[in-house]
Amino acid sequence: MRPVYMISGGITKFTKAEPRKSFRVLVKEALDYAMRDCPRLTRDHMDGTVVSYFSDHFTRQLKAGVMAVDMCGLVPKPTIRVEGGGATGGLCFQEAWRHIASGWMDCVVALGFETMSHVATWKGNEFIALASDTNFDYPVGGFYTGYYAMMVVRHMHEFGTTVEQLARVSVKNHRNALHNKWAQHHYDITIEDVLRSPMVAYPLKMLDICTMSDGAACAILASEAVAEKVCDHPVRILGVGMGSDAMRMADRPHGPVILLKHEDPSWYKGLKYPGVHSFRAGRTACKMAYEKAGIEDPREDLDFVELHDAYTSSEIQTYEDMGLCRYGEGGKFIDAGHPELTGRIPVNPSGGLIACGHPVGATGLMQAVFAFWQCQGTIAKHNDGDGFIQVKQQRGLGRRRLRGAIHSHAGTGTYVTVSILESTS
Amino acid sequence: MAKKTKKASTVRSGQRNPATTVRGPKPVYDKVRLPETDQGTIVFRTDPLVVKDHYEIDYIHSYAEDSPFFRGLVEGKLLGSECTGCGYRFATPRAYCMECNAPTRWMELPHEGRVHTWTTCYFGSEAFLKDTPFNLALIEFEGVNTLLLARLVGATEQEIHVGMPVKARFRRLAQFKPTDVYFVPSEKA
Repeated sequence: MRPVYMISGGITKFTKAEPRKSFRVLVKEALDYAMRDCPRLTRDHMDGTVVSYFSDHFTRQLKAGVMAVDMCGLVPKPTIRVEGGGATGGLCFQEAWRHIASGWMDCVVALGFETMSHVATWKGNEFIALASDTNFDYPVGGFYTGYYAMMVVRHMHEFGTTVEQLARVSVKNHRNALHNKWAQHHYDITIEDVLRSPMVAYPLKMLDICTMSDGAACAILASEAVAEKVCDHPVRILGVGMGSDAMRMADRPHGPVILLKHEDPSWYKGLKYPGVHSFRAGRTACKMAYEKAGIEDPREDLDFVELHDAYTSSEIQTYEDMGLCRYGEGGKFIDAGHPELTGRIPVNPSGGLIACGHPVGATGLMQAVFAFWQCQGTIAKHNDGDGFIQVKQQRGLGRRRLRGAIHSHAGTGTYVTVSILESTS
Repeated sequence: MAKKTKKASTVRSGQRNPATTVRGPKPVYDKVRLPETDQGTIVFRTDPLVVKDHYEIDYIHSYAEDSPFFRGLVEGKLLGSECTGCGYRFATPRAYCMECNAPTRWMELPHEGRVHTWTTCYFGSEAFLKDTPFNLALIEFEGVNTLLLARLVGATEQEIHVGMPVKARFRRLAQFKPTDVYFVPSEKA
């Protein structure tokens, strides 16, 4: 495998509904943004594309990928569509990485979109629930918020996690997004606001849950040779990892914890894992990505994380899967302020899915774009001069380069990808 | 069939005046054209143009290797799968074992279990909005390694708790859906 770099990225502003633009034009605008930000890069450099969108139901257009590529002026070059539920964008990013790491191509454009406003919200929830077992789970009352609600009820039972801790995640991410012009929601909220928002599925309330969005995102990846030629501040993709788990939560085992390098088996005596309280796919993806990137201890070796917080509960569960704290301590981790912008390791400085929105096929690439800007130190440049959410290098750790992880997750933890990005300057 | 075109003044007067009648073109019936219909389109807004676009489909869906599970529900039997290789016991139908990938055989599950985890849904997918609020629960069974997703009926959000004993009930008139079995609190059974 040869080194791979991200050389540019672009997004459209995520919004509840964008009826004036089709998915083709949204994608084209995300690519245009990325190309403007990397002026020496031309279409001639681009060897091919990877396109991600989650649901054919939302577009009601099969093979939509090639239509977006056509609008971007990138036919007849090779293209492929990637799909894996909520992790679709993360999988797309890694597919582009594989195209280059393998030596097959030198410059690949990862394009992602979703236009979810084409159906009413509860019909949209139905489409999303069709990404659960349609023989056994969907007919019982298929509803993703219901599935995650059951997972966090078990997390609360096992570890004593509280609804106030969930609310704290929502407050943190919304507050970060107040300084992110790209975010769909700019809410200045308190814990009480979250707790008082309407109950959707106990214990998850409206403000614990991301919303549906229209939007597109683009990440351009390249080999070292192309990156050096066209980009002033390329960001190295240090390592990638993926994991999977059974579609039916009911089928998940109750066995021993999969340990990260820095963990001790004595921490988890008697804990049945993953059950439905944790995501084995997330842990597997992290373990692989950390090993490839040479990360010994994520608490020391990462400066920030953009993770898939479709629910406040899944952010807390994911702190643990990623080894930012021990299993069971996710609630205490947010209480201590560690994932805040000023904390030990900022999590979702962008505002995450909860505040930025979740146009599924674009989401994982949106995380890549924010992480790319973070590593470049160009957040302010892309945010009307507001650099409030720009993460600073953790001091005294013997490293000079800003490093972050992006984590993309499909419901209920069926596909998870983790990619590690690092500044080159 | 009118072969003559009337002048406007003639129509207004309601009288036929041969002096003002002129010969016009004959109607043509062999011109190639789509038939016009009254099947209009619902328009939500005009700029951009947003219209209603209906889509519906019936599948010829086979439960295939999982068919015995659904047939079992009609007979009041709850079938899980036991691995013929490692003995792992699943509370759901699955042809092959997740752990060792050997084939499984059908086994009957007990009708009594406990709530492993649960929720009450106040909203839902469009298809289930009419059912709200409803309870979902993952049920655990003694001696079985995995869980079963089902509706929990007859208890409110305030009454349900992890570990609550529950009992299976079966629909008298089967729908051949996983909701042919549901659970109720044991004390109410």
